[in-house]
Amino acid sequence: MKMMECPLNGPRNISEFTYGGQVQVMPDPQQCSDLEWAKYVFYEDNDLGVVREWWQHTPSSYWFIAERHNGSDVILRTYDPATLFTGRVDFQDEGSPS
Amino acid sequence: MPLGLLKYGRGDDYPYERQPDLPGPTELKDHYDVVIIGGGGHGVATAYYLAKHHGITNVAVLEKAYLGGGNTARNTAVIRSNYLTPEGVRFYSASVKLFEGLANEFDFNIMYSQRGQLTLAHTDATVRAFRQRAEVNRHFGGRTELIDRKSIAELVPCLNLDPAELPVLAGLWHKDGATARHDAVAWGYARGATQRGVELHQLTEVTGINQAAGRVTGVTTNRGTVGCHTVIQAVAGHSAILARKAGFELPLVAYPLQAMVTLPVKPFLNPLVSSSALHCYVQQTGRGEIVIGGGSDPYPLYSSRASLPLKESLIASAVDMFPFLSEMRLLRQWAGITDMTTDYSPIMGVSPLENYYLDAGWGTWGFKATPICGQTMAQLVASGGQVPELIQPFALERFDRFQQVNEMGATAASH
Ligand SMILES: Cc1cc2nc3c(=O)[nH]c(=O)nc-3n(C[C@H](O)[C@H](O)[C@H](O)COP(=O)(O)OP(=O)(O)OC[C@H]3O[C@@H](n4cnc5c(N)ncnc54)[C@H](O)[C@@H]3O)c2cc1C
Repeated sequence: MKMMECPLNGPRNISEFTYGGQVQVMPDPQQCSDLEWAKYVFYEDNDLGVVREWWQHTPSSYWFIAERHNGSDVILRTYDPATLFTGRVDFQDEGSPS
Repeated sequence: MPLGLLKYGRGDDYPYERQPDLPGPTELKDHYDVVIIGGGGHGVATAYYLAKHHGITNVAVLEKAYLGGGNTARNTAVIRSNYLTPEGVRFYSASVKLFEGLANEFDFNIMYSQRGQLTLAHTDATVRAFRQRAEVNRHFGGRTELIDRKSIAELVPCLNLDPAELPVLAGLWHKDGATARHDAVAWGYARGATQRGVELHQLTEVTGINQAAGRVTGVTTNRGTVGCHTVIQAVAGHSAILARKAGFELPLVAYPLQAMVTLPVKPFLNPLVSSSALHCYVQQTGRGEIVIGGGSDPYPLYSSRASLPLKESLIASAVDMFPFLSEMRLLRQWAGITDMTTDYSPIMGVSPLENYYLDAGWGTWGFKATPICGQTMAQLVASGGQVPELIQPFALERFDRFQQVNEMGATAASH
């Protein structure tokens, strides 16, 4: 079976992993327009080449990032998200009923 | 007798069409009224209706490989209209109606066979969803009803009603469900189109979309440049890549979808049977092969190589449904690249470019829509960009308005 290198658990069968979508820059949900939000939610690059994606090692619920060629399916690199995401994002809940 | 037969076969009165179905290759012209990119079922159907209904025959269909060799050749040919949304049901029902008359219209056997399609529910939630689908379907004139275990057993005696801890609770019985020979559909449309003057250029890949002032002026191909008044793109799995060449993005992700067939056996299975929980569907072709299909691959890929893990899980589900299938031998297995939208509905109509139209996002369910796509896309072009009502809900800009047409539940298990 195809293997993937989990940054936390080492090499594991690809069937142990769950795909979580392309890594995208999230616009500020409070500030951005509906259109910007739509682009963020519905559009991915989907071009042929190397893509940067979220993956989860399902048994340990550990999320990480993989760089993979989406034509040859070769996984080039996997790493902890802390490499890319250094700050904390807080979602303000403006609309909740009082 | 064998000698007589041979003489008859070679003789002049043997009823054999000496005209080939399709004309041989020709040079590309400098200019066409309409260029259709993609010679799959959708592309040639659009060309056919442009010529037949609108008298537009200065049309070139440009196909990078060969006629109908993309997903048209790879699909499992489920034709049905038991979708969930009124928009979807109306649209697919119109396609089923067209399919019914297609062989006569073409004078070409497409092996259309209306045997009904049965989807199995294994949870209460699915039963509720089926009830809704049956109501919506009936409202739009479809023949769909909820049936119980007893009726299922009568309809498909060889089905295991208690597979893998997931007892069958009920079924959605769709009498309009059918299948057809997919290659014949593409060939029937291509023959009808070329007989009316349309040019089909195989081995012709579009590599660039030429533009001036927000309009398309022509396309660049591996065989040179052609000018045109209007372009339609109908390239299924490669929709996003082509759109990017035209300068805009589509909300699509490419996933492989796999299927397989066994060696042929005597007919035993009339309806098309699919299970929503086992993510698997099984049907017998007119030639006796058992077709086994299921859900998409677990992650995006632009490669049509079939994979063993997916085959294993498909076979496991198929054997759960029909245990004796474990005795069968596989004949072929394959994959196609599908262009998936998030709402499991297509993207049809206008694009950000004025004279460039879209027939995309057909994902895992677009074979059944071939006739109605051809008809509506032809109308769109002939009217100079007035979007037919039937396809208005499928506009690209629905995503910008968060107005999706959600068919996921009615699509994922049976396409
Ligand atoms: C395994 C599988 C099972 C399926 N089962 C079903 C089913 O049961 N029922 C159902 O309704 N649907 C099903 N589908 C979906 C269905 O096959 C497709 O939605 C449908 O065939 C799309 O038709 P098309 O003509 O748009 O695409 P295609 O037949 O793929 O045609 C597109 C053509 O465009 C060409 N092309 C691409 N790029 C270029 C370029 N740059 N220049 C020129 N030509 C180009 C390709 O070579 C191709 O021939 C299934 C798909 C798969 C893969």
